[in-house]
Amino acid sequence: MSLQKSKRFSSEMKNSALSNKEKFGMVKGKVSRFLFGFNDRRGFVLKLLTYTLLISIGFVYLYPMLHMFVTSIKSLEDLLDMSIKWIPSTIYTSNYAQAYSVMNIKEAFKGSLLLALLPTICQVAVASLVGFGFARYHFPLKKLFFGLMIFSFIIPPQILMMPMYRLLSALELTGSINAFIVPALLGQGLNSTIFILIFYQFFKQTPETLYEAAEVDGANQLTIFFKIAIPMAVPAFIVSFLFSFVWYWNETYLTTLYLTSRSTDITTILLQLQQFEQNYEAMYPVTANSPNKINEGIKMAGTVISILPLLIVYFFLQRYFVESVDKSGITGE
Amino acid sequence: MRIKRKTIYGYLFIMPWLLGFLLLVLWPLIQSFYFSLNNMRITPVGLKFKFVGFTNYLDVWLKDMFFIQELLQFLANSILRVPVIVVFALIIAMLLNEKVKFKGAFRTIFFLPVIIASGPVIDQLIGQGAATVPLADQEVILSTLRQFLPMWIAQVIAELFNQIIIILWNSGVQILLFLAVLQKIDPQLYEAAKIDGGSGWECFWKITLPTIKPIILINLIYTLVALANSNQNPIINLIYTNMFSATRGYGFASAMAWMYAIVTTILLIVIFLIFREKEPKRRKL
Repeated sequence: MSLQKSKRFSSEMKNSALSNKEKFGMVKGKVSRFLFGFNDRRGFVLKLLTYTLLISIGFVYLYPMLHMFVTSIKSLEDLLDMSIKWIPSTIYTSNYAQAYSVMNIKEAFKGSLLLALLPTICQVAVASLVGFGFARYHFPLKKLFFGLMIFSFIIPPQILMMPMYRLLSALELTGSINAFIVPALLGQGLNSTIFILIFYQFFKQTPETLYEAAEVDGANQLTIFFKIAIPMAVPAFIVSFLFSFVWYWNETYLTTLYLTSRSTDITTILLQLQQFEQNYEAMYPVTANSPNKINEGIKMAGTVISILPLLIVYFFLQRYFVESVDKSGITGE
Repeated sequence: MRIKRKTIYGYLFIMPWLLGFLLLVLWPLIQSFYFSLNNMRITPVGLKFKFVGFTNYLDVWLKDMFFIQELLQFLANSILRVPVIVVFALIIAMLLNEKVKFKGAFRTIFFLPVIIASGPVIDQLIGQGAATVPLADQEVILSTLRQFLPMWIAQVIAELFNQIIIILWNSGVQILLFLAVLQKIDPQLYEAAKIDGGSGWECFWKITLPTIKPIILINLIYTLVALANSNQNPIINLIYTNMFSATRGYGFASAMAWMYAIVTTILLIVIFLIFREKEPKRRKL
């Protein structure tokens, strides 16, 4: 097709019936179409700019992860060798073996999973209920409550931290996972406001007539919620679930505060990462010329291990995640 | 008076949140305010309160060496970073919204930071120097800027360059929000504009920007709150330190948190006033 075109173009060029000026104009037109595009076709310049930007920003995004990964497979010699930057001379796996042994992975993984999963489920369930309530019904003081909900997102957590801690400890909730589940059940988990708003926008968008039709058919409000609202809000559930899971997984401040204040067996991968250096030194005491001294490679291996579960979840869910954002109505109209 | 059934249903659905708000937000808020008016001592028998009125609040401003300094730094940082993050997020969202090859792969990369940009992982990366671009030499930038800017502005900008990765990493949620709204703009609007001879540049200012304006506001507020409440914020750390310090104690830390909250709120209000939807002015006849 394009070969034909170019053949025709070259034969037109050879056509002596056209003056040189006309030929030049034709070439100019072609070039400018190629460079700047016409109608809906984008030109080469714009395309080049788009890809350059995307790739360079993409590199900036990936840089820390690449650095982390490459450092984690460097042996001590490679780390010290200034000439080795990106490609290690050997793939050195004992960093991982050491990090793995330091981090008490089995227990920590169980703890992390539990601490991320259960509050997430509670949080998403409650957020969908509350969002539905705000979106579907009119009741007195609704606007006030809605404003207060947004306000509760803006309050710096430090103001609430100590009284909240005292309250939870008076209720005997600290030291167990309940310290996370109870607030999540009451719609006050990590960033709950955002999830409520996502569901609010989503339920606002589903057409009113659907609900009315169900009401005419004699469905009660809970049936409507479970049979109509929830199936239509699957994308909102996926986005909320992923965000909430990630935020709970990465939360360390509250975990330290609520869990270590009372003796518990629960530990999380990120708590292990925080105490990595101390734990390492306890396990491999530094002697005069021991080969086991902690180095960046081992630390980075620990970091890689700690984000690996999240990465795996992300790579399985990302397709739904990236697509469902378009549909989930986060932004409303 | 007969209560409407819808009212009952509404309250039933939001009941968990309402209870949570009263118990876990309002009550701690009142308590915290009460604490801030007291000198608190933690004794073996329990907490001891000594009412001191607003002295703590005055002390925050007059006696704390770091608070004002950190607050100014925070203000300068926010004024620079919030627009950078939001504009950057908008650019990325628009690029991702174009018809490009490997769109899925690019999106995967750009949302990746959302899942790791918090907690000790980022601390580890910063500690290892993995979060600074080696291409941008901090010292060179700083000395160039100092030639024509006062020191404190130059420092803030240089730090902006230095932490560009962290800043960019903080824009995941904002990109998401922008992308979602960009995809909802009716393509027919653009077609109509093209037929009328509008260029891409004009389309951006006349169609895209007005449509996404509410989201810009939301993103600005989200960014500011996220920056203000992040664990990497020195003021937050200052408050934590004071909380457990022997001489200051919790009452003082509460007062500081309140002052900080008020400053942040004022910033939010300013942003809101600048970017809110203005009612179209009625033309005078």
